[in-house]
Amino acid sequence: MSGRDIDAGDAPPVPLVEVPPSRLARWRDSDLLANFLRSKTAVVALIATVLMVGLAFASPWIAPQNPYDPAQLDLINSNLPPIWQADGQAPYYLGTDDQGRDVLSAVLYGLRLSLIVGVLGVVTSGILGIALGLIAGYAGGAVDTLIMRVADVQLTFPAILIALVVDGVAKASFGSALDVGPLIGLIVVSIGLSFWVQYARTVRSSVMVEKGKDYVQAARLIGLSPPVIMVRHVLPNVTGPVFVIATINLALAIITEATLSFLGTGLPETMPSLGTLIRTGNRFLFSGEWWIVAFPGLALAGLVIAINLLGDWLRDALNPKLQ
Amino acid sequence: MLAFLLRRVIQAAAVLAVVGLIAFAMFRFAGDPVNQIVGPDTTVAERAQIRTDLGLDDPVLVQFARYAGNVVRGRFGISYQFRQPVSQLLAERMPATLELAFCATIFALVVGILMGVYCALFRDSWLAGLFQAVSLIGISLPTFLIGILLIYLFSVTLGWLPSYGRGDTVRLGWWTTGFLTASGLKALILPSVTLGLFQMTLIMRLVRAEMLEVLRTDYIRFARARGLTTRAVHLRHALKNTLVPVITIAGLQLGSVIAFSIITETVFQWPGMGLLFVQAVQNVDIPIMSAYLLLVALIFVTINLVVDILYTVVDPRLRLPAGRTA
Amino acid sequence: MVPEIRLSRSALKTLARGVSAVAVATFACAALPAQAANVFRFAFQGDLKSLDPYSLKESFTEGMQEAAYEPLVTLDKNLKFAPALAESWETPEPTRWRFHLRKNVKFHDGSPFTADDVIFSAQRVRAPGSNFTTNVPADAEFVKVDDYTVDMVLKKPNPIAIAQFPTWVIMSKAWSEKNNVVQPTPPSATSPSYATLHENGTGPFVIAEHQPGVKTVFKKFDGYWGKVESNLDEAILTTIANPATRVAALLSGEVDWIDPVPLQDQQRVNASGTATVMAGPELRTIFLGMDQDRDELKDSSVKGKNPFKDIKVREAFYLAIDEDTIAKRVMRGQAVPSALMIAPALYDRAAEFKRPATDLKKAKELMAQAGYPDGFSLTMDCPNDRYVNDEAICQAVVSMLARINVKVNLNAQPKAKYFAKVLAPNYDTSFYLLGWTPSSLDSHNILYEIVGCRKPGDKSGRGGWNLAGYCDPKIDAIADKVESETDKTKRDALIKDGFDVLNTDWGYIPLHQQALAWGVSKKVHLTQRADNLLLLYWVSKDPS
Repeated sequence: MSGRDIDAGDAPPVPLVEVPPSRLARWRDSDLLANFLRSKTAVVALIATVLMVGLAFASPWIAPQNPYDPAQLDLINSNLPPIWQADGQAPYYLGTDDQGRDVLSAVLYGLRLSLIVGVLGVVTSGILGIALGLIAGYAGGAVDTLIMRVADVQLTFPAILIALVVDGVAKASFGSALDVGPLIGLIVVSIGLSFWVQYARTVRSSVMVEKGKDYVQAARLIGLSPPVIMVRHVLPNVTGPVFVIATINLALAIITEATLSFLGTGLPETMPSLGTLIRTGNRFLFSGEWWIVAFPGLALAGLVIAINLLGDWLRDALNPKLQ
Repeated sequence: MLAFLLRRVIQAAAVLAVVGLIAFAMFRFAGDPVNQIVGPDTTVAERAQIRTDLGLDDPVLVQFARYAGNVVRGRFGISYQFRQPVSQLLAERMPATLELAFCATIFALVVGILMGVYCALFRDSWLAGLFQAVSLIGISLPTFLIGILLIYLFSVTLGWLPSYGRGDTVRLGWWTTGFLTASGLKALILPSVTLGLFQMTLIMRLVRAEMLEVLRTDYIRFARARGLTTRAVHLRHALKNTLVPVITIAGLQLGSVIAFSIITETVFQWPGMGLLFVQAVQNVDIPIMSAYLLLVALIFVTINLVVDILYTVVDPRLRLPAGRTA
Repeated sequence: MVPEIRLSRSALKTLARGVSAVAVATFACAALPAQAANVFRFAFQGDLKSLDPYSLKESFTEGMQEAAYEPLVTLDKNLKFAPALAESWETPEPTRWRFHLRKNVKFHDGSPFTADDVIFSAQRVRAPGSNFTTNVPADAEFVKVDDYTVDMVLKKPNPIAIAQFPTWVIMSKAWSEKNNVVQPTPPSATSPSYATLHENGTGPFVIAEHQPGVKTVFKKFDGYWGKVESNLDEAILTTIANPATRVAALLSGEVDWIDPVPLQDQQRVNASGTATVMAGPELRTIFLGMDQDRDELKDSSVKGKNPFKDIKVREAFYLAIDEDTIAKRVMRGQAVPSALMIAPALYDRAAEFKRPATDLKKAKELMAQAGYPDGFSLTMDCPNDRYVNDEAICQAVVSMLARINVKVNLNAQPKAKYFAKVLAPNYDTSFYLLGWTPSSLDSHNILYEIVGCRKPGDKSGRGGWNLAGYCDPKIDAIADKVESETDKTKRDALIKDGFDVLNTDWGYIPLHQQALAWGVSKKVHLTQRADNLLLLYWVSKDPS
């Protein structure tokens, strides 16, 4: 994890900017699209992202094998190299792993699983963090202190420990025969609990700046209730930084899942995500069976880079001072 | 200000207590320590006896109260596996972690700032594009894979750098340092790069963004208009303005680097606190886990406190109106 | 470094009282002879946790302790008894064992070794907090005949009374009393013990430095009584837990020996030109257990009954699992399929047993006859950091059972959680993978601990590791006879009867003995004994 859990939030790449309330709407109507089309990187990144997401979700129809079905795996076909090497065999175009699992199929299914875990993890942490950040920033006082101290406590616990607890609690209460769904849920909750602080801190400081402004005072004067003010007026003004954190965190969440599996608390090997594939594959790095780790690694790197480039573009585009 | 400080210190103590309690509650799920500290043919009855002796049969709250009582008296307990005082084990491992974190941060700062400045000044050059693409690798692959790839390249294939450990260390009082020997310095390179890569990417991107922004402000336009040379404008004014947030972030990051060097230390068998912690988790060595978490909590709480004080001093916008609690 | 500095300091004290420790250290370094010491660097996946020789009964620790400490009776390179601190021994009557101790043996602190140390050690090893209490029979009484003769008096005859003597080492009585370590350090110790960081044995190596979990430095003991095969001056143990890093350290020449070498990296190590893999069959048997105790399996689709109580289902599972392919593919040929729950090296008649061949068709028929033509589902427990490729073996088992329509949910966990779940008192498992090496190196241990009937509240240890709850009173009766039978031929015949009962019942599914694989630099010459102990006194290294 090496600090990943907490970095991005403490380092909001977007400086807190004071802008008029209508800025999102203004860009939507004006040159966001034109700006996008001008940026070649952004277009390529978007195409790559869409392609990978598409392939991932089409995996049950396009993958040669269902890597989650143990009946389809045969040890006889284990450790086959990619098709262009001497011992390669169709239909294992990218080779097979030590269980006879087709690497191409595993990457496609794994990509889907990683995306699901990443998106859900980001959404969970985002909702949690934004809500707590809004409350802390707007209410201030004891509520603020409580939330921020809870954040301090949370920062102390590496995601691995949170995962250990969540995993342990769940297994103690539901028994060990967990299916795919609940297991993904566990990891999503672990990631959500590890990442919310960044949103909370960013949103809180934005809110503290915003709430002194005239338009909020005005809204209060006309008798709007605090929740309405927060959601309708303050929230839109902090979406910029939140969006940027979210794109970076999506990548981080996917990598965190991989790291959890390195420490033994991720998704099981029978149901591999990209992270699990890299973790198991990295065992074969020295032995010459490079394809077991290389293809999942490339897929993960490609996905993360594409998402980050999109996030970069978004950040620059949302920053009026750079236009 | 004094009241503010006092309040924060009390809160910090509360944070530590909560960390301790949560830590304790979750050890129940880390597994059974007894199996890790006895040989396989220890009888069922003997195992049960050890569990009782260790007090693991008591309710969590009772265990916590006992532990808290000891901690307040400065006793962090004896490690189950090593049967050594935990405070001594942590003290032995701390220099390794701090030196690694220090080197990783220096690496991240120096390389990150240089690359960031370059990318901002020559925004459209191919080298800037390359820097940005390469830096993304730092956040696109899991740390453990990067570490193993570096070992494969620099230790196994080229044979230039060691693959594990700290090399020879020199003892200075209770501190051991790898800075004074050639093998110690060589051993620092790969782990520092692995650990610092992520921070480097972060700093590079932050510097680039801040520089781009500062370069467009009226203040710089004015400096240019005054006839200052481009270099003077870039370095004296733009970079200086950029560095404040960068240093703040780096400071904040130092805490997380120390606390979460777990993976890097595992890959490089770096004999620091993170490795001790991972081994403790694997062996359910509750005294080590608790003490480590308390220590990390302490580091975080301290850094947060310092940063919050600095913020309040530096940025009046964040100062709360008089009459509200601060 | 520590001993040199200490020596120089005492020598220099009279000359220069005020010289600082740093200066002395520098002087000591400069004063060392120019000839490089022959240093053996080695890395193991785990830690040497304590130097107290009665703390942890685990094979790597035992091997390391034997560099510094010595037993009365040791094992030679072929696992046969050989004299160590006892020059010879005899049994003048069936309940009396007489040991003639070696004279002129010195502990590392220079004090002589006598019968008092043996009697002291026999007490200490059976005291609370020791993990080696079963190494010396509980009913044995030790009597000093003279300074160099000790008798062990038993209550009843026991042919394997000294079976575990080789891992019970002798400590100094005077040293233990002086340093307040008369009792072993228990896991629940509340204060540190001197013996966990310091040693004082009679062995050929002195432990000069011990940083728990980081490194341990062994140095040649100049006052050793015997001739040592090893030519090492120094040996440095480091823990390297991550397998890839461990292999990298061997390939780059930073260490001379690693254990274990992951199976997939063995070819690479052999091809490196600088190191080779030394593989030999290990004594540990990997097997699968099926819960035959509960009336309904946990987490299974079958309700109201336990399919494993039906012998046909057990046979079907056995026949569906293609162990030959597991050995060839998952274990890359580094495993020997086993028909028995014990390694052939430990039982002379093992060759008479044949492993039934995989027969998918028959397995399906048996499942249909048992009333499960469409199979059923259940959960399998598996450790993922305990045995060689443990999780991969379990995955292979899962796909093989899918062919007889059994849907297995694999619950692979780190050992700390796995053992907490499957071991007593919970026995919370329906189907599991386990590995076992009999500590007495004898079949009785299997028939007693793994196969013996387990009864609630039984403190004897019978069936303590019988997580499957398999029970056949016939085997218990046989095991009791095996324990006291002194005639080897009769004993082996009894053991065969026991294993026959177990195999006809399809009580367990033995898989294989995993090969143990050390990575050894070509500069190093050593002996690999089948019990996986690295013994430094058999390690030599070509001087560089």
